[in-house]
Amino acid sequence: MSQDFLTIAGRQFRSRLFVGTGKFASNQIMRQAIDASESEVVTVALRRVNLDAPQDDMLASIDISRILLLPNTAGARSAEEAIRLARYARSAGCPNWIKLEVTPDPRYLLPDPIETLKAAEILVKEGFIVLPYINADPILCKHLEEAGCATVMPLGSPIGSNKGIKTRENLQIIIEQAKVPVIVDAGLGAPSHAAEAMEMGADAVLVNTAIAVAGNPVAMARAFAKGTQAGREAYLAALAPESSIAEASSPLAGLMWS
Amino acid sequence: MYSDVFKTINQGELLHWIENSTAADVQRALGKEKLDVRDFIALISPSADEFLPKIAEKARQLTVQRFGRTILMYAPLYVSNYCTNACVYCGFNHGNDVGRVCLTFDEVEQEAAAIAAEGFRHLLLVSGEDERYCDTPYLAAVAKQLKPRFSSIGVEVQPLSTEDYSTLVENGVDALTIYQETYEQNLYKHVHPGGKKSRFAWRLDTPDRGAQAGMRKIGIGVLLGLGNFRLDAANVALHAQYLMKNYWRTQVSVSFPRLREAAGGYQPNDPVSDKDLFKIICAFRLFTVDAVLVLSTRESAKFRDLVFPYGVTQMSAGSRTNPGGYTNAESIAEVQFHIEDDRTPDEVAKTLAKHGYEAVWKDWDKLLA
Repeated sequence: MSQDFLTIAGRQFRSRLFVGTGKFASNQIMRQAIDASESEVVTVALRRVNLDAPQDDMLASIDISRILLLPNTAGARSAEEAIRLARYARSAGCPNWIKLEVTPDPRYLLPDPIETLKAAEILVKEGFIVLPYINADPILCKHLEEAGCATVMPLGSPIGSNKGIKTRENLQIIIEQAKVPVIVDAGLGAPSHAAEAMEMGADAVLVNTAIAVAGNPVAMARAFAKGTQAGREAYLAALAPESSIAEASSPLAGLMWS
Repeated sequence: MYSDVFKTINQGELLHWIENSTAADVQRALGKEKLDVRDFIALISPSADEFLPKIAEKARQLTVQRFGRTILMYAPLYVSNYCTNACVYCGFNHGNDVGRVCLTFDEVEQEAAAIAAEGFRHLLLVSGEDERYCDTPYLAAVAKQLKPRFSSIGVEVQPLSTEDYSTLVENGVDALTIYQETYEQNLYKHVHPGGKKSRFAWRLDTPDRGAQAGMRKIGIGVLLGLGNFRLDAANVALHAQYLMKNYWRTQVSVSFPRLREAAGGYQPNDPVSDKDLFKIICAFRLFTVDAVLVLSTRESAKFRDLVFPYGVTQMSAGSRTNPGGYTNAESIAEVQFHIEDDRTPDEVAKTLAKHGYEAVWKDWDKLLA
């Protein structure tokens, strides 16, 4: 297991749990939760931070020597706005990785597939490593892959809903077809949801709300780390197939016909 | 436009539900994931009192789930208190013999600098309704001037045309707040006897015009206590629902201003108790799960500290409600109303932290506007 790295755009990660930074009660709790999660990728909403002020509390709380700071374009309603934010992040000294979010609907924050693809094509050409947040649409995933995105990040259920994996059928197709890492993003509300995604063969998961608003965010971050790891190990161990009829755990055939 | 929809709403039926909501209606509302307006009315009815702990807990959980333990901080900047209206309850009523000021661009800059120094990056420009002093070119110039300092600039000014709102959007304004004050048409006419504000439908359609012009956030509300507060709250709920459905890219916020003492000495018809305001906030959280709910310094520190976890997601602090109020202690300008929570923004943020909440000063970026 020690060699089981996740590789995205040539960079290796031990942890397959990405965490978000919104909704925490304080930067201190956020930092402790990130530490407990052992995550190596942390997303930050560009609209929340002041990139012109390096002392910004939220950014200062993240150890960028160990963790990849992944700026996201949350709040962008169009490709144009997302591109503007991405360029701003890079010009302010952020790495050229960008989590692309185009969510014109402020209620359910569902991603706009057309604008996302448009922005992805342009940002990839500009040299960004693009990780797009999308609905669980297998065809869109192929388009994004062909556009040169480093991953695809389909949702499990609407962001912040904690409802778990409601897009299972499509996620299975995406995982089966993808040539880039598949990171299940949004809607994972419990460590068991993270385990479920990893058991299905997802390459990683991203969790924010379920950790940030838990009664004990630090303990929940730790639990998600374990859930993610357990799911990954189960996937690598190859799960026993499901069966619709009862099957004895010790084969009986030899006994009955000998 | 909403004025067309409003005509189809049977106000008598709303009143019937208001007067006849039972404990069973409240229980049914509590059991549902998607509420209708009848459920909303049940939750603000007297029958809801015995269920208040359950309603509040559901509201608290939904708020934490959707918004986390965070409160977005904003400050109002009053640029002018000149007004041509004759609103009987308002300190800015043109008939009141009070000091009036419209800030120069230099004064705007000083006020903005003082507000920014407190940490605010979300600003709300407020004015009386007199376009001789505070017209669209003036507001656009102010927005353009302040854009470098602030992440988000909203306006709470006289209702404008779609074209005028577009001009403001082009100059950096991303949010619009407009209160209908009351949805009771006869009462509206009575308390707005003069000035352009007496045009009920023009005001009612203002959120439509703002959204069509590209405003990212639209804030609505009533002046609680002016009319039947339950009827007004139900109408705000329906209006919010309409805006969310028709302008799906626009974020809707709801504010809960209660009538406060002001020049003119107007007394509310239907005073709203602390308990009733609490119920209204909780009911809005359950009815409009994703709406931004705003609580201003009209309310006392004690009340704000008690109720904010149960639905509120945005608060003002350290507000001055007269033009020049942040930097000119000697300003002759009359306040619009007296604030009740006079703590500094830092004190409010520290209190939020004590309750386990983070005060968020920036949750928007001018690159998005």
